[in-house]
Amino acid sequence: MRRSRQIKLQVFRGIVFLVMGAFFLVPIAAMFEFSTRGNSVTAPRTLVAWTNIFKTPDLVDAITASLELAVITSVAMLVLLLPTMVWVRLRLPSLHRVVEFLCLLPITIPAIALVVGIFPINRWMRINISDSILMLSFFYVILVMPYSYRALDAGLAAIDIKTLSEAARSLGAGWSTVMLRVIVPNMSSAILNASLLSVAVVLGEYTFANLLTYENLQVAIAYVGLVSAGTSIAVAVASLLFAFVLLMILSFVGRPRERMARAEEPIVPK
Amino acid sequence: MSSSEAREARAGVEVRLENLQRRYAATTALNGLSLTMAPGELVALLGPSGCGKTTALRLLAGLEEADSGRVIIAGRDVTNVPANRRDVGMVFQAYSLFPHMTARQNVEFGLQLHKVGPGERRERAGEVLELVGLSAHANKFAHQMSGGQQQRVALARALAIRPKVLLLDEPLSALDAKVRSRLRDEIRRVQLEVGITTLFVTHDQEEALAIADRVGVMQAGKLEQLGPPMEIYSRPATPFVAEFVGLTNRIPGEVKFGSVEVRGTQLPLVQKDVPTGPAVALVRPEAVTITGDGGMSDGPLVGTVIAVAFLGATSRVTVDLGDITVLAQLPTSAAAEHPAGTKVKLALRPDPVLVDIHN
Repeated sequence: MRRSRQIKLQVFRGIVFLVMGAFFLVPIAAMFEFSTRGNSVTAPRTLVAWTNIFKTPDLVDAITASLELAVITSVAMLVLLLPTMVWVRLRLPSLHRVVEFLCLLPITIPAIALVVGIFPINRWMRINISDSILMLSFFYVILVMPYSYRALDAGLAAIDIKTLSEAARSLGAGWSTVMLRVIVPNMSSAILNASLLSVAVVLGEYTFANLLTYENLQVAIAYVGLVSAGTSIAVAVASLLFAFVLLMILSFVGRPRERMARAEEPIVPK
Repeated sequence: MSSSEAREARAGVEVRLENLQRRYAATTALNGLSLTMAPGELVALLGPSGCGKTTALRLLAGLEEADSGRVIIAGRDVTNVPANRRDVGMVFQAYSLFPHMTARQNVEFGLQLHKVGPGERRERAGEVLELVGLSAHANKFAHQMSGGQQQRVALARALAIRPKVLLLDEPLSALDAKVRSRLRDEIRRVQLEVGITTLFVTHDQEEALAIADRVGVMQAGKLEQLGPPMEIYSRPATPFVAEFVGLTNRIPGEVKFGSVEVRGTQLPLVQKDVPTGPAVALVRPEAVTITGDGGMSDGPLVGTVIAVAFLGATSRVTVDLGDITVLAQLPTSAAAEHPAGTKVKLALRPDPVLVDIHN
């Protein structure tokens, strides 16, 4: 009885896995198929669209800029959000809901409305600070905040941050030591999650860059698509695969302690 | 400095809390608490939840700031010194080992911050882990140890930095009864061996009475009584202490001429200047004895046994006197002679008792 239920459960799991896999992979496979078509119906398969990626300087620049933006945004988000969230949890718990509301707010506002709001600031920054595309990272921090906040909040909730920080303080640690040597190592999974979500959001961002007239990866894909649909689809597939690889890293590398716990035999409490 | 020299150097500092006040919004957590701990003494603060005992410990640790009052450690006013510069070791109620470090790394953490070299660090970590009997577990992570082992590592970690004062914030409350009692004895052994001035906060009276040189019973942010465990138990200063520490029978009586008459028995009073009139006498169960079979006799101390609770060497007999029930604690052999349903006659030992004139 129990065995047959287990088999049914496994079959159900397999079906769900297959359906979900198909849901994600069929469109990517179709895109890959499209990007490798020749010029006519009878023409053989070709990787010209893929090799064009590296022959299009604007595209390479846009990819580089997007990757730089992703790194800068992730770091800025962590530097801004993590100490704030830790401080609120330790010292100002009554502000927890307020900070949560502020951090989640950007997800409720359409990107187009956000752009209208930040347009004057962006113009001032372009004139007075720099015209570099990397200035976009200031606005991307706002954009990734809801996703990163959730990931970091889950990480903070998983450890007794108050007791750990007080224990470290009583042993002589200053606040920077508490952050870097006690809190950060104990929420490495959450930090990795937050960072990868930020990277995924930044790599897929189009509206901000396009309306503020910067050329990032998605804007470049759109431009290339006007000239060569195959190349633009190839870049889109590549960026999706890149995001997929990041998520795989998240799944397999992001849980060092669980792996450690499995690797070593737990001691039975006496 | 050798370890014995270090032990002598750190042992024996006086700790003074002077008139500490702490309020949280509308709640007064500490209301002018003053306490002096002699060098090497272990003082237990005992009291119900919310009485301010943990706040007192946190103010001494520097984890919270007092609204007014002073904290003096070894003659130095540390009231405004941050927690990381107070030279105080602390063991917490919750498990507080850093999960990403082994037991040894946890112990070495504080030493690293105190700029102790790698060689000495390793040696001292080994010493304290041996002191708490966990040398064999030095390379285990917190999740690989039991709760008792984790608290022992936490104790070792707190002692490794050779603090002037050791603070224990209900370190045994998360453990089961057996481990709790064993670890309690171990904490006392280590404390005596190291000779460090220690403040132990607990709500468990048995724990406080068993471990401390002196027990401070707190209520509403104040010390109700501070004294050796025996004194706290046998000569409670207030009705609150009498009722909080150990079991107490509340028996109505009448105060007359410096004593209280309780159901026909005159008992001397602990308090002086108690006004004449009705009062409730607080009588310990061990001061109540069963003098014999109640038989057909009648009287204010004749009643029926309604329950006998076996406690090991002693048993607690509950006797219904009609208007009240009274607990008597007797040797189990004596209690066995009076099973539930039998009629018995009680006697009250003429020990000095406290009276509660407010109820």
